[in-house]
Formats: sequence, C-alpha cells, structure tokens
Amino acid sequence: MFKRIALTAVSALVLSASGAFAAGKELHIPDVAFAHEGPFGKFDQMQLQRGLQVYTEVCAACHGLKYVPIRTLSDEGGPAMPVDQIREYAKQWTITDADTGEDREGVPTDHFPHSAMETAPDLSTMAKARAGFSGPYGSGMNQLFKGMGGPEYMHAILVGYEDPPECAADFESDGYYNRYFIKGAVPDTCKNEEGLPMIEGSWIAMPPPMSDDQVTYADGTAATVDQMSMDVSSFLMWAAEPKLMARREAGFVSVIFLVILSTLLYLTNKRIWAGVKGRKTA
Amino acid sequence: MAGIPHDHYEPKTGGQLWLHKRLPIVGLLYDTLMLPTPKNLNWMWIWGIVLTFCLALQIITGIVLVMHYTPHVDYAFASIEHIMRNVNGGYMIRYLHMNGASLFFFAVYLHIFRGLYYGSYKAPREVTWIIGMIIYLLMMATAFMGYVLPWGQMSFWGATVITGLFGAIPGIGEPIQTWLLGGPAVDNATLNRFFSLHYLLPFVIAALVAVHIWAFHTTGNNNPTGVEVRRGSKEEAARDTVPFWPYFVIKDLFALAVILAVFFAIVGFMPNYLGHPDNYIEANPLSTPAHIVPEWYFLPFYAILRAFTGDVWIVIAVEWLSFGIIDAKFFGVLAMFGAIAVMALVPWLDTSSVRSGRYRPMFKWWFALLVIDFIVLMWAGAMPAEEPYATISLIASAYWFAYFLVILPLLGVIEKPLPQPATIEEDFNAHYAHYAPTTGGTKTVAAE
Repeated sequence: MFKRIALTAVSALVLSASGAFAAGKELHIPDVAFAHEGPFGKFDQMQLQRGLQVYTEVCAACHGLKYVPIRTLSDEGGPAMPVDQIREYAKQWTITDADTGEDREGVPTDHFPHSAMETAPDLSTMAKARAGFSGPYGSGMNQLFKGMGGPEYMHAILVGYEDPPECAADFESDGYYNRYFIKGAVPDTCKNEEGLPMIEGSWIAMPPPMSDDQVTYADGTAATVDQMSMDVSSFLMWAAEPKLMARREAGFVSVIFLVILSTLLYLTNKRIWAGVKGRKTA
Repeated sequence: MAGIPHDHYEPKTGGQLWLHKRLPIVGLLYDTLMLPTPKNLNWMWIWGIVLTFCLALQIITGIVLVMHYTPHVDYAFASIEHIMRNVNGGYMIRYLHMNGASLFFFAVYLHIFRGLYYGSYKAPREVTWIIGMIIYLLMMATAFMGYVLPWGQMSFWGATVITGLFGAIPGIGEPIQTWLLGGPAVDNATLNRFFSLHYLLPFVIAALVAVHIWAFHTTGNNNPTGVEVRRGSKEEAARDTVPFWPYFVIKDLFALAVILAVFFAIVGFMPNYLGHPDNYIEANPLSTPAHIVPEWYFLPFYAILRAFTGDVWIVIAVEWLSFGIIDAKFFGVLAMFGAIAVMALVPWLDTSSVRSGRYRPMFKWWFALLVIDFIVLMWAGAMPAEEPYATISLIASAYWFAYFLVILPLLGVIEKPLPQPATIEEDFNAHYAHYAPTTGGTKTVAAE
C-alpha cells in the first residue's frame, strides 16, 4: 500500500514540478538544435567564436557582459581561442582601471564592459534567466535534451521582428513589434473584451539589431540574421554557463561511480541479510 | 536507560578500561551503532540516513561557499557568478548546495509521510515527532533565508512577500516586520542578518538531530507493523531485532547510493530544473516579476496561505466575530502556520489504538487522499492566483485541516482495525523462509 502511494506521489511530484514554470501566458518558442544540447552535447567552438564576433560588433554597442572575464575565452570547453589572439582582442575594449580610475586598453584579466546603455540588460546570465520553453519542450525529462530554452528565447527575439498586425495600425509606440516578446505593451485595439491580447507578441524597446551580412565571418559562413542569431545565442549560453561541459563530465563520472558503488552495496546487503532472511516467500 | 535489552560495550584491554573510566565514548558509539533495530523495517525507513547525509552535505558545501561569497547587496550576485566561473569546482559546489536543498526536502517529506502512515508519532514517540517538526520548521527557515543570499529577483521578491506575512499580524505586525528586515524594506541589513542566521541554524538543526536520534534510540524504532519489540529478555528482543550495524548501515548506504546516483544526474545534467530563471537576474527593487513563486518545497503551504481570500465565508465569519482584527491576510498566515501546527499535534489528534496504517482499513484511504491532497496543494501553489486554482486550493486546504482535526479523531472511534501480528518475528517470518537458529543457519525453516 505504502509503496503504491509513494510511487504515485513521486511521479506526481515530478509532473507538478514541471508545472511550476507553466504559470502565465503560453509562449511558443521554436526549438533550435544547438550543438551543446543533450546530455553529451558539446559547444561548437567555431559557432562560439562567430557568436563572440556578433556580440562584439553588434550587441556590445548597448549590452554589457560584465561577469565574464575576457581571459575565459581561451578556456577549454569554450571558444578556446589562443592566448595571443585574446590579448589582441582585449585591447579593443576601453576599461576604467579600478586602481587608477583612468581609462586604458583592456587586458585578458579584465571583464567585458558593463552595458553602455542603462536600459540594456547585461547579457552575462541571460541564457539562464529566460525560460523559453514552457510547453512540451520545457516540461519534465525533455529539459534534459532541449534545455530550458534560454538560447532559443534569445534567438526567437532576434528573428521575431515583423510588421505590426493590422489591429495596431493606429498604435504609436517607441517600441517595435516582436512576435516572440510577450512582456511588452499591446495596444487596446488588439485586445479582446476581457482585456487579453488577441495577437502573438508585443512591442519591445530594442530596435531590430541585425540585418543580413552585418558581420563578415572569417570562416565564410553566410551571415544571415538567423545564422547570426543562433551564433550569438550559443555564445551567450556559454557566457552564462562556461563550465557546462565540465559539469556534465563531473556528473557523468559521479553517476558511473555511484552505480558501481550501488551494485557492490546491493550485493553486500544481500549477502549480509541472507543469514537472517533465507528465501523470500511473500 | 530503559531501552531494548542488548549487550553493552565491555572494555577488554587495560588501555580501553583506562579510557572508559574517564570518558565512556567508545561505549556510547558502540551502543549507538549496535542498537537493536526491528528486522522488518522496509525501504521507507532509509530516509533518516538520506537526511543526515543532506545535512552534512549542506554544511560542508555551505562552508566552502561562504569562503567565496560576499554578503552585500552590491556584491552578492557578483560573488555567486565569481563562484560559478572562477572558483575551482565552484560551479559543482554551488549546484550541489542548491539542489541539495531540494533533496533535503524531498527526503523530509517522504520521512514525514512515512511517520504519518505507520503511526510513528504515537506514544511513546511523541517527543521524537515534536523534535522532528521543530527540525522541519528550522529547515524551512534556513532554506528560505538561503534562497535570499544569491540576491536574484526571486530572492528579493520572495523575501519581500514572506516577511510581509509578519506585517499581517494586527497591531504589532509592522514593527515586527521592520525589526526582522532591519529597515523599512528588504535591503543590505536584511541580507546580512539572513546570511548570519543561514549559517547558524544548520548547527541548531544538527544538535536537534542528535536529540531526535537520542529520543528514538530510547523508545526504539517504530516498524511497519507498529508492534513493539519484546523487551522481556535479551533473547526475546534478539528474535525481533538485528543490530543496526551492519544490517541497516549497509542497507541504508545502498539506498543512499542509489538516490545519490539520481541526485548527481540532476546536478550534472539539469541543475536549474527546480530553480526559477528569474533568480539569474540581479535583484531590482524597482521591477516586480510577473509571478513570484517560491521554491517547490514551500508550494503546499504557499497554496494554503493564498487559499483563504476575503470572499470565503469562514474568513468573513472570523473577521466579523473578531471585530475585524483577523482579516483575510492574517487569516491566511494563521492557516499556513496552523497547517504545520496540526501536523505537529497529530500524536494527540489520532485517537486510534492501532499504530500502523497497515491494519487500519478506513485510515488507508483517507491517508492516500492526504498524500494526493499534498500534491494538489503543491501544484496549486505554483499556479497564478485565479480560478479555477483558487477553488482547488481552498478545497485542498480544507481537506488538510479536516484530515487532522476531524477525520483522525473520528476514525479511532468508528474504525474496526484488522488483526495485527503478535510479534515482529511473526511478521518477518511470514515473508521469509528463514534459517533455523539451532542449525547455525544452514537449514531453512518453512514459513508458517
């Protein structure tokens, strides 16, 4: 009896835990098959380097990355750039020295700068701070394979700029219509009688940041908006979780070790109890 | 000590005798480890070890985290990022600590519900139960304050909402809230005192765990039959029990290793599964998140807190009867703490003379309903405060109180219990063709 109750309880718990994120408006973010996803996924080093280029040439005009030390660009499991290249790369940032208070060229031990624009959020942890998936992708075990959808969310926002829907023809706003952004304003003309929006998306303050061929990739990849969005989202996932691959490795080794240990303890336990228990009859 | 009769430690060499006369510490350890334990304990009796492990894990990882953490509103969030990026293995230590809290509560809920089903709270184990409830309350306080330390959005707004509960106390509420926060709002003073208490309380818990263990070592473990170990003689007791070492130490360690395999899989592959994404945004007093949701282990009681809104008749009645002193907000707070209080008082609310739920045909169903009720409350607590969730929360909250205050007292009177085995040995032998003790364990004895 108790076993049955316990099992039901545990499975219901797992199901209800995933429901915790389902609160609020449903948001259907398209899934992107990033290389780092899945239990054994690895960051695509070339994609991270392309993403860094997009961040540097496009995003950094407004957005900071203040928690990320520039030197970590050389870390294994990340963009893994040669140290000389990073030293060269760091020079393009102007850093206000903490000791002298004077501006100087950046060095690898500096962090990336703060946001240049006060209203632009820092991007260091954004890939973990947005749950793009709240539907079937983001519930339960699927998270193990698709993640929580943070990079997908950023990708969706970057490609989600469209002409505003017809109901908003007379709507004057400082923002821009984005079909994947739901936290912004929606004009009353696009709401139903209950005050709920009848359109997907809302108006976002950030102007469309990218256009095709805005950057020139060294590896010859065609710089479409979609491609650049995927690259920079992947890079920001790394920026938010630089030890992702090391962590999975540690987790994997721990699980293997514990499975072996459990097996040995199981056999020990059986052996010890054999004298007390004998054969099982019921 | 009026425990189960068993062999005690006898110092053999001169050195052992010398130490024993001055400090009988070896004897204490011996008696603790060799405690006669009912041999029919099932797999629901493993959570104690898991909980002890969790406490140790949280204290050890916590001490290391403190070495790198800065309790200041300007640096707390940054210092967590420093731990995640720059400290050797810091990402693992922090994720272990973060998910360790979830494992801790997962285990404690199964431990508590085990106790509720097998009647472990009943005489003579009331003190063990009460101490357990105090430990549980301290765990909740510790976990809540720990969640504030990373200084993310949910940290800040969770602290604002929960300390706001104290503001609901009539008259003295606001001064109490200000005193708790160290100011008019959640700020640096709050972060510092929460940090201080978050470091202190686990050691209080550790001390209470020792008392908890001491208490049930005095009364002996409960067991799935609820039938007490025979204490007439050492031989009689030995037929119902086996020593804790090695039988249960190895069994519990096996269970712990299996649970840890799952735990490490979560830490390694989806460490943020149970967290809230908003907590990766630094706290901002000017921007309120759309939904302030507590951690999963608080959700059942959070649902009870929110269930009693101003339009529920009982809330209206109480407000009228108390001349408006107990308003809807204060009622909710009383209900939340009351939900834990009735659980703590269960030794005196359960009137049945039979201890284990195994021999209580009606109780079983009401208990199963309580487990479902708890899960429904947990789910409802995560939902926004609107229909149909409000009604579901209200019904589920009502059942929680009804179970402890009405159903348990009544069941003891109207229920006809099933026959119980006379001894633990009889129950055990019904499951196994055990070895005959007279043959030195070579010949099996058929089950009766």
